[in-house]
Amino acid sequence: MSGVRLEAGFIPLVDAAPLIIARELGYGAEEGLDLTLRAAPSWSTLRDLLVMGQIEAAHMLAPVPVAMALGLGGMATRLDALMVLSVNGDVIGVSTDLAAKMRANGYHNDFSDARAAGKALIAASETQPRIGVPFPFSMHADLLYYWLGALGMSAPQDLQIKTVPPPLMAQAMEAGEIDAFCVGAPWGSIAVEDGVGELLLPGAAIWRFAPEKVLAVRHDWTHSEPDLTRRLMRAVWRAGRWLSDAGNTMTASEILARPEYLNVSAEVIERELTGRLVISPRGELRSVPNYLEFFRGAATFPWKSQAAWIASRLAARTGLDRATAMTTARDVFRSDLYRRNLRDLGAVLPGASEKLEGSLTHETAVATENGNLILQPDAFFDAQVFDPYPKNAPKK
Amino acid sequence: MPKPLSIVVVERDRDRALLIVDSLREAGDHDISVISEETGLARKISEQNPDVVLVDIASPSRDMLEELALASGPMERTVAMFVDQSDDSLTKAAIEAGVSAYVVDGLRADRIKPILDAAIARFHMFQRMRTELEATKRALEERKVIDRAKGLLMKARGIEEDAAYALLRKTAMDQGRKVVDVAQALVTAAGLLS
Repeated sequence: MSGVRLEAGFIPLVDAAPLIIARELGYGAEEGLDLTLRAAPSWSTLRDLLVMGQIEAAHMLAPVPVAMALGLGGMATRLDALMVLSVNGDVIGVSTDLAAKMRANGYHNDFSDARAAGKALIAASETQPRIGVPFPFSMHADLLYYWLGALGMSAPQDLQIKTVPPPLMAQAMEAGEIDAFCVGAPWGSIAVEDGVGELLLPGAAIWRFAPEKVLAVRHDWTHSEPDLTRRLMRAVWRAGRWLSDAGNTMTASEILARPEYLNVSAEVIERELTGRLVISPRGELRSVPNYLEFFRGAATFPWKSQAAWIASRLAARTGLDRATAMTTARDVFRSDLYRRNLRDLGAVLPGASEKLEGSLTHETAVATENGNLILQPDAFFDAQVFDPYPKNAPKK
Repeated sequence: MPKPLSIVVVERDRDRALLIVDSLREAGDHDISVISEETGLARKISEQNPDVVLVDIASPSRDMLEELALASGPMERTVAMFVDQSDDSLTKAAIEAGVSAYVVDGLRADRIKPILDAAIARFHMFQRMRTELEATKRALEERKVIDRAKGLLMKARGIEEDAAYALLRKTAMDQGRKVVDVAQALVTAAGLLS
């Protein structure tokens, strides 16, 4: 393949799809990129490869670049989130033991009511629930803290959130190290396939429009390589558009299933892409319309208010000043580059770069620079609205 | 004489772990222990409270260690953090070799460097061994396929081994392919026809 070589790292997950499709369907090549992909064994290693310049771009947990900008968790290099790669896609599961206890207490799993599910989980837990997440800075962790926090459980007194790499989650559950987990596709389905757990809630039941992964690069790289930045963003955006076409789901599943990418059955991947999930080893099926989004409702637009939400949650967890953290985080989500680099491709560009997060309970048409945009519902399960400019906070 | 550093090596493979421990012993008088079981990794490390943790970059359990940077509250930073904001080249060398180190904050760089240098050298050796092993395996498999193809040709055309190999080579050159690919095609085709 000809073109400028650009290496991107990813973790073998369904939401790495935009990068994989950008390569496999030639969107990278059309932008003059020889887009090569490297699977990483862990988020920390992927982050370090990016920071140390071994790769140019990475599929990254949305909170990681924000946490780094706030000086949390080592590696103080500044990253940019060029765009959101995927919205939603996490799933919460409980061990078969805990699921049985919840059922015995009369809980009927409708896979959508976060309040009822959370109360049932708390009631069925004899000790403080121990929940596995893939990484300390992840939407998985943020959603759990938000969800159980709103139901009166605060960490670390009432609950333990532990880092467990998804491939080891089943093992940790069998060893009795964790009672529940929050993971990304396809690991929830795999836990069900393996018979170690049952799915309790999609992440979208907690926050209906949560930025899950971002396309991350080094801040100095966007500065020194504006042209490559542009080409990369365009290739990935077009891949996301392709993925949003339901007619392409089967092809996408087959490509993602390959040994060099996810190396799991295409059937399992297809469940995750269509949001039709088998939630228990007994074969119960549930359908979630907004389970995982790559494009719809301007899903790839990096809202600065999303970055501010993440920062405000991280600040609360770690004792940082909230307003300062939010201001710092806004600069990490590069909606300016999104506008500049994707405008002529026909990407819908919202009129503003920030919104009240959680204010939409229905699809809502909004003003844009260019054309129609129907925003998808983004409500939190407890109906709270996050104002990125709280009263008394200095505006930037 | 400063007190010896306590080092934890996270490594599943016993032989590899022993080799790493040997290298570290050569680098100085340290208190070294190995954790080979990934379950409850963060808890076990917290209990031991080491100065340095060494872990294979290819290990997915590395993410469990990231928690240590937060364990006692990120504002305190007393437990562990990634080495080393001050020495990029050392960190880079470590990453290239495939090892990462978590070091207690405040430990002096000149005390860490010999340890990291030893670990880096050892991991480079692992990488070379792995590459060599893969190359040997591949060569062996290729030879097996070529031998089978030669056998097929010798039987089908009543020719000697040298002539069979020459024929494979000529075909490969004419088609701009590798000998092993031509041999593989022949073996596959023969399998279909038999």
